[in-house]
Amino acid sequence: MADQERFVDDAMAYMPSLYTAAMRMTRNPSDAEDLVQETYLKAFRAYGGFQEGTNLKAWLYRILTNTFINTYRAKKRRPEEADVEDVEDLYLYHRLVGYGGSDPGRSAEDEVLSHFTDEAVKSAIESLPETFRMTVLLADVEGFSYKEIAEIMDVPVGTVMSRLHRGRGALQKALHDFGLERGFVEAQPL
Amino acid sequence: MSDEGRTAPPSGPWGAMDCEESIHSLYHYLDGELTEDRRRELEAHLDMCAPCVEKYEFEAELRRVIADRCKDRVPEELRRRVANAIDHERLKNKS
Repeated sequence: MADQERFVDDAMAYMPSLYTAAMRMTRNPSDAEDLVQETYLKAFRAYGGFQEGTNLKAWLYRILTNTFINTYRAKKRRPEEADVEDVEDLYLYHRLVGYGGSDPGRSAEDEVLSHFTDEAVKSAIESLPETFRMTVLLADVEGFSYKEIAEIMDVPVGTVMSRLHRGRGALQKALHDFGLERGFVEAQPL
Repeated sequence: MSDEGRTAPPSGPWGAMDCEESIHSLYHYLDGELTEDRRRELEAHLDMCAPCVEKYEFEAELRRVIADRCKDRVPEELRRRVANAIDHERLKNKS
């Protein structure tokens, strides 16, 4: 049992990562702030039942995810399309290999990666359907294990793996499309 | 076109794993989700296979780029709001 008096000391350190996740999920600062505040309030109320020594960050993410699903998704009139196009492994790599970079000191692929700004990465992640977006965020940004993600999202580990595989492919395609649009990636025959 | 499977034969000096399996294991490896045996087999393959190493390094770098560039700074106002909401909740519990 965790002591509610220690909640602030224990839980507030996770706000930057919870806020980042909330921004990607709600796609706007006002909803993200409400989502984070709601998450902390629910967590505070439930903190007495939190088992000390277990994963506090994962527990907070589980509350955030459920709050998002129950509150923000319910606001939408139409459910978001829940699938992504299947793309091949190493989608981006195969399209950047041999790309003519201008800096001889580094590989062409790495040079292209340096063009992906915060704006590009954020909008590529936000272009993913919700379930894929959350899974990719939890793995690639927050570094949770498959098992932790399965617990946070309340789905089997196999579902986590398949969402990650497809979500990462779709993310690479979105980044590539951004590069084509901005002209720092050239379309090339594969 | 993908060139997996062309560089190293299924066994021999490259170890027990071929390029196709190596690429198949790529994300599980970066995610830290391979078993110890599987990880050793893969690392033995990577020791001998430059094309696979290049792909692994690219995916690892891409992962770093994604993680580094999607962070948001928490507004000070939000920290205050959350602290106030919790204080308020505490007082409610006490009364």
